[in-house]
Amino acid sequence: MADTALPLEAGAKVNRPSLLKRIILHNLPAKIAALPMMVTVLVVFVGCTLWTIYYSFTNSKLLPTGKFVGIEQYERLFATSRWNVSVTNLITYGVLSLIFTLVVGFILAVLIDQKIRFESAFRTIMLYPFALSFIVTGLVWQWIMNPTLGLQGTMRNLGWENFTFDWIANPRMVLYALLIAGLWQGTGFCMVLMLAGLRGVDEEIWKAARIDGIPTWRTYVSIVVPMMRGVMVTAVVIIGSGIVRLYDLVVALTNGGPGISSEVPAKYVYNYMFSGGNIGQGLAAATMMLLSVIIILIPWAYLEFGGKGRRT
Amino acid sequence: MSQISTMASVSPAPTGAAVEPRGPRPKPFFTPRKIIIYSILVMFSLYYLFPLYVMFTTSLKTMPEIRFGNIFSLPTAPSFDAWVKAWTSACTGLTCEGLAPGFWNSVKITIPSTIISIFIAAVNGYALINWRFKGSEIFFAILIFGSFIPYQVFLYPLVMITREMGIFGSLQAVIIVHTVFGMPILTLLFRNYFASLPQELFKAARVDGAGFWRIFFEIMLPMSLPIFVVALILQVTGIWNDFLFGVVFAGTQNYPMTVQLNNIVNSAQGTPEYNVNMAATVLTGLVPLAVYFVSGKWFVRGVAAGAVKG
Repeated sequence: MADTALPLEAGAKVNRPSLLKRIILHNLPAKIAALPMMVTVLVVFVGCTLWTIYYSFTNSKLLPTGKFVGIEQYERLFATSRWNVSVTNLITYGVLSLIFTLVVGFILAVLIDQKIRFESAFRTIMLYPFALSFIVTGLVWQWIMNPTLGLQGTMRNLGWENFTFDWIANPRMVLYALLIAGLWQGTGFCMVLMLAGLRGVDEEIWKAARIDGIPTWRTYVSIVVPMMRGVMVTAVVIIGSGIVRLYDLVVALTNGGPGISSEVPAKYVYNYMFSGGNIGQGLAAATMMLLSVIIILIPWAYLEFGGKGRRT
Repeated sequence: MSQISTMASVSPAPTGAAVEPRGPRPKPFFTPRKIIIYSILVMFSLYYLFPLYVMFTTSLKTMPEIRFGNIFSLPTAPSFDAWVKAWTSACTGLTCEGLAPGFWNSVKITIPSTIISIFIAAVNGYALINWRFKGSEIFFAILIFGSFIPYQVFLYPLVMITREMGIFGSLQAVIIVHTVFGMPILTLLFRNYFASLPQELFKAARVDGAGFWRIFFEIMLPMSLPIFVVALILQVTGIWNDFLFGVVFAGTQNYPMTVQLNNIVNSAQGTPEYNVNMAATVLTGLVPLAVYFVSGKWFVRGVAAGAVKG
């Protein structure tokens, strides 16, 4: 935009420069400066993705040299109980995590938006876990949920003999243990996003709703939330793509256990690539992860960029 | 939202109302509504604070005290022995050198990665706004979409590339990987920031004959301190907290602190020493926590900036 607006290129020629010149020489310093970005995009984001997709159709074992075997790796993938458990876990965890993060984040934002005292203290307390890594998060909660010496042991020692909170040792509850730790880390971030969205709503709208006698909760549900569509969509996309990546937290909190009851796809990929010595299988799993993200992203991209002139 | 008082003047006055008092009604602090709001907030705050409390108190206790089994109790005789052990001699599966090497590895990874990634992203953002060329927007679009792709998709090819370059299992490899994956969000930040600056400044400098780099260093950079702070916070905490890239690309002798920490806690042999584990956890969390508490509002701006505008 800027360079077309300004015919200031040194020695403004009357003749159109040759194609080569236009592609390479025009704006040369900018192109050189943007070289790392171009290399990253072409080599990593495009190249590596295509490479991974291609080699997921081979029978590569220890080295990615295998021959083309079609969808064999995918058939094996979905015949492996560990993968199916991983996918089921991720869906269960993902849906619950998304709903709870959004709902809790929104409720906290609404409460904080009530012109309360100590607002910044509450905000600080709610957001600090987000600064911590998933490893730290996982290890702290692992200790809290330690069945003998953690919360359960403490409550039993204090006299509640039947108090049970052994979720990390219980295959049926372990996902909820992950959820508690994940929500602890992530809801504050969602709250900040929502709060920014709430603060962006025009004060006039509140006045109008008040004059019309609409109850506060109704104003939130019917007017404010629809107005916050942009923030909501952003939150869903960010939280969603974070959930698909879920890895560190599982490694730290449960390491997939007990048994395989808290395995997740990202861990499956890692294990097959780097310790299982079955690259083809790991790549097929990675490609499935890619596919799931695309399924999340396409509707979003359509909503955000499909309709022209729409605000984000 | 709570302005029932302002509504009172609009809604029909109750029968036989006396003189309507003027101005906002003085609000008592303890209305039922306030009590509900504060109690919910306090309950949530306890959920958020409890792990921090447990982490610190456990790390200051002795093992016999921990085995007594009261996670709520304060340490009877607080001691930093567990901290010392966690720092100097806690055992991972392989060595017994504590967290200290991991800490220094993390420093060696975080500082160059942060500087390089921010510099590259700043230049990208500047080129994307002020020096657009054919295809620059397409590169940017792919970059942003790429940021949503799970890292697992890139892991193996990147291992092969870094191996080809002869840097697999070294600090350089991790630094490059962090630079690559920090690029989308940082470029977005800088692009949006530079777009918000007045174009006239850039045009005036162009008229005066300044080139690409001169405008960048002498005009753009001095004006972009706020976004640099945001980017700095984002990168320091993000890179410090990384686990996956460290474990894959750094090589055993360069493991960052998070990896060392996980090894100390999750693959140590013998009876677990929970106080040492928690001390190690606190130590690993200290850097990002310090960044968080020092930066305050900037941190919020950092996490919200990329997200809300993206």
